[in-house]
This record gives sequence, C-alpha cells and structure tokens, in this order.
Amino acid sequence: MFFYDQPRPRAEERKKERETTMLKDRNLIAPSDFTLEEIEDVLQLSERILEAPERYSAACRGKLMASLFYEPSTRTKFSFDAAMLRLGGNTLGFSDPNTSSTAKGETIADSARTIGKYVDLIVVRHPKEGTAKLMSRYSGCPVINAGDGGHHHPTQTLTDLLTIRHYKGNFNGLTVGVCGDLKFGRTIHSLVTCMARYENVRFRFISPEELTMPAFVKEELSAKGVAYTETTDLEGTIKDLDVLYMSRVQRERFISEEEYLRLKDYFILTADKMALAKSDMIVMHPLPRINEIATEVDDDPRAAYFEQVRYGMFVRMALIMKLLGAQEPA
Amino acid sequence: MVNVSKIKEGIVIDHIRAGHGYKIFQQLGLDRLDGVVVLMRNVDSEKMGRKDLIKIESNLDLNLDVLGLIDPHVTINYIKDGERVNKLSLTPPQTVTGILTCKNPRCITNQEHITNVKFHLVDTATNQYACEYCDARTRL
Repeated sequence: MFFYDQPRPRAEERKKERETTMLKDRNLIAPSDFTLEEIEDVLQLSERILEAPERYSAACRGKLMASLFYEPSTRTKFSFDAAMLRLGGNTLGFSDPNTSSTAKGETIADSARTIGKYVDLIVVRHPKEGTAKLMSRYSGCPVINAGDGGHHHPTQTLTDLLTIRHYKGNFNGLTVGVCGDLKFGRTIHSLVTCMARYENVRFRFISPEELTMPAFVKEELSAKGVAYTETTDLEGTIKDLDVLYMSRVQRERFISEEEYLRLKDYFILTADKMALAKSDMIVMHPLPRINEIATEVDDDPRAAYFEQVRYGMFVRMALIMKLLGAQEPA
Repeated sequence: MVNVSKIKEGIVIDHIRAGHGYKIFQQLGLDRLDGVVVLMRNVDSEKMGRKDLIKIESNLDLNLDVLGLIDPHVTINYIKDGERVNKLSLTPPQTVTGILTCKNPRCITNQEHITNVKFHLVDTATNQYACEYCDARTRL
C-alpha cells in the first residue's frame, strides 16, 4: 500500500547519513586521497561551521584526539588542538619527541599500535616522509597527516581551498599566481596539483630561476592540459592574477647559507606592487612569513593570510567531524 | 673473438643493454647456481651495436620482475634439445615489492625496518618507480 501524501521515504535522511559516513574512518595522508566530491563535502561543512561555530561545540564530545608532533610546529598543532576542543572533544599528545617513547627507541609502527588503542583519531607531524602513511597502517583509527617532511601537508591544502572558495565563490576560471620558493614549497605543490583537478584554472609560476617549480608538478599539469607560465617578474604578472599565493624561502631546505641569503629577499610584496593588482585579487600565505610580504600590506583588504589561519581551524574542525563520523547538530 | 657454443637445454637472456648483464647476473643470483652460466659482455649486435648476453644451462624459474625492472627490453629464449621453444619479451611490472629500496634519505623506510615496501611504475620511458611511502622516484 502506498501513501502518496506522505513525505518521500527518508531521501533527505539518507543523503544526510551518506554525507556523515562518506569519510568515516578514512585517513588523510595526501590531498589526492579525497575525491573532488569528498573535498567539496569537507568544504561545505567548513562553511557551515564558519557561519555558526557555537552550534558545533558538542559535535565530538567524548572523543579523544592524539596530536603527535615529532617536530615543532606551534601553528599547526594549535590549529588542530583548537579545532578538536571547539568541537567538545579532548586532545593529548606531545610537541617534543624527546618526551615520547620514541626517545627510548620505539618504532613508529609500535607507537601507532599503542596510541591507536587510546584515542579515536591521530594527528601526526614527523620530519620523515611517509610517516603518516606508516602510522595509518597500524593505528586502527583514522590518521591525519599534519606534515611529513617535504612531502605532504594536506590540511594546509584544504585550508587554502576553503580560503579561495570563500573569497572567490568557486575555483573555475581563476588565474592563480604562486610566488617564491616553488622548488621546495610542499604546500604549493599540493595546492597546485589539487587545484589542477578543477576546470579552467590557470597558473603563473613566479620564482627565481634557482627555485622553479619541479618537473613532476609541471608534468602533471601538462598531462591534464592545465595552462601555466613561468616567470621571474612579479610586477609584470600581478595584474593578471585573481589569487596571489606567496611563500617563504625556507632556510632549512638550503645546504648553502650563502645561497639562502641571496634568494630569501628575491620577492617582496609591497603596497606599490599591490597597486598594480586587481581590486579583488586576494593575497595568501601559509605563514610564517619572513620578509616576503611587507607589513604595510597587512591592512590592505585584499590581504587574506590572517583570515586563512582562521579558516584552517574551521576546515580542521570539519575534517575531524567527517573522519569520526560525527553527526551534524540538528 | 671468443666463441661460446650453443646450449642444449636452458635459457638465453638476449638483448641486454651493454653494461647491464652483470647487474642481472647478480640480481638473479646466478653466482649461486650449480649449472653452467656464461655472461658475455659487449657482444657485437646489429640491432644494438653492443649488447650483453647470458646463457644459463638450467631450467631455473627466472624472476621476471627483476629482469623487467633492470632492463625491460631483454628477450628470454627457452632452449630445449638445442632449439628455441619459447621466446618472451618483457614489460616492466606495474608494482614491485621487496626488490627496490627507496633512495630518499628523508623517507621513513630508511629509518624504520619496513618489509615489503611497494613501488609503483610511474614512468615507462625511464623505468622509474615511486615509493609508496614518500613518492620519491627510483630505479634499480
């Protein structure tokens, strides 16, 4: 017997259920681990949280997150911890490997097996590339890679995507300039390869000749038919850009101090250069900055880099909820 | 000119790029084989100019993954009663486990003892493989 006047048989509920469980128990090791649909799902939840964060203050009550920082990173650790605490969950962990059992010689695999018994979710940063993946094999709970050496930092990519989408509405048709250390900048590699999955995105790579975009990134763009140009001229390029992503030349990536000193101030974004840009271009930076953005740019409404930090926390809140399969408040 | 007679029974690995024969010899563990094994280096070849060649007077079970990794262009001829009964051309394996090691010093596999690390073929032209943990490219 059919009751046509009743609501459709829980289609909305099923959709909500699917959205809640789509990423449950998954790991995030590299940005490519998620499909565009799954990324969209995280970004949409991030935007709902951004509009009313207080609604989510009990979304992960009773859940415990381990934040294991085998190398210092105040910013990322604070962002993850703040995200979990704002969801009503709790965190434990360390930011100095000398205080962990690693100092006694415990393997990463054994640490993952042990810690995975205590917590619902592991966030790990480690100087060795591939560590987060190794942990995910043994932890028995979801693992988020908070940076593994020069390899991946996927939550920075999600942060960048949320920031761009928040300011620009969508990714289609954007001209994105990335400037600075393109050779060693892992956040840039991840952002470029991830954005290349969207339609009609164009890139301008702006770097000193010594720090150009690596071949593996350019090969991936060429294979997808994504347009890009390379230049050393920031002033001549800035007028074309919808997004300018600045990056720091990282001292730790250089063997020669002399080479680092020569390149570290190659590009400095100033108010004069900003005067050449579109009125709705946004400036982003994964932070910390050194000299590459003059402080006079901070008050420019197009400077999005401090808001980017805030979005980072919201996107991590959304990601934690998704991996834990937490219900969205009614 | 050194002459090596035809084998009656066994395997001839032909068209090995000059200089790669010894690597294949080592990787296949042919130094531990009881039967007759001949490694010929820098043999004149119409097709290749120079090539290496290995003749094995034994019907051992060859590790084709190793061969495909080192030199996917070799041909393998199976010989019986002095005649070729089968000829194999190789393609590089899509995934290899337990043969390659990651050369990236920053990779976790070089800190922890991890068995069976997988490597995925990423570039057929250069026969390069990517480490499943750090994605660094390597070849044998």
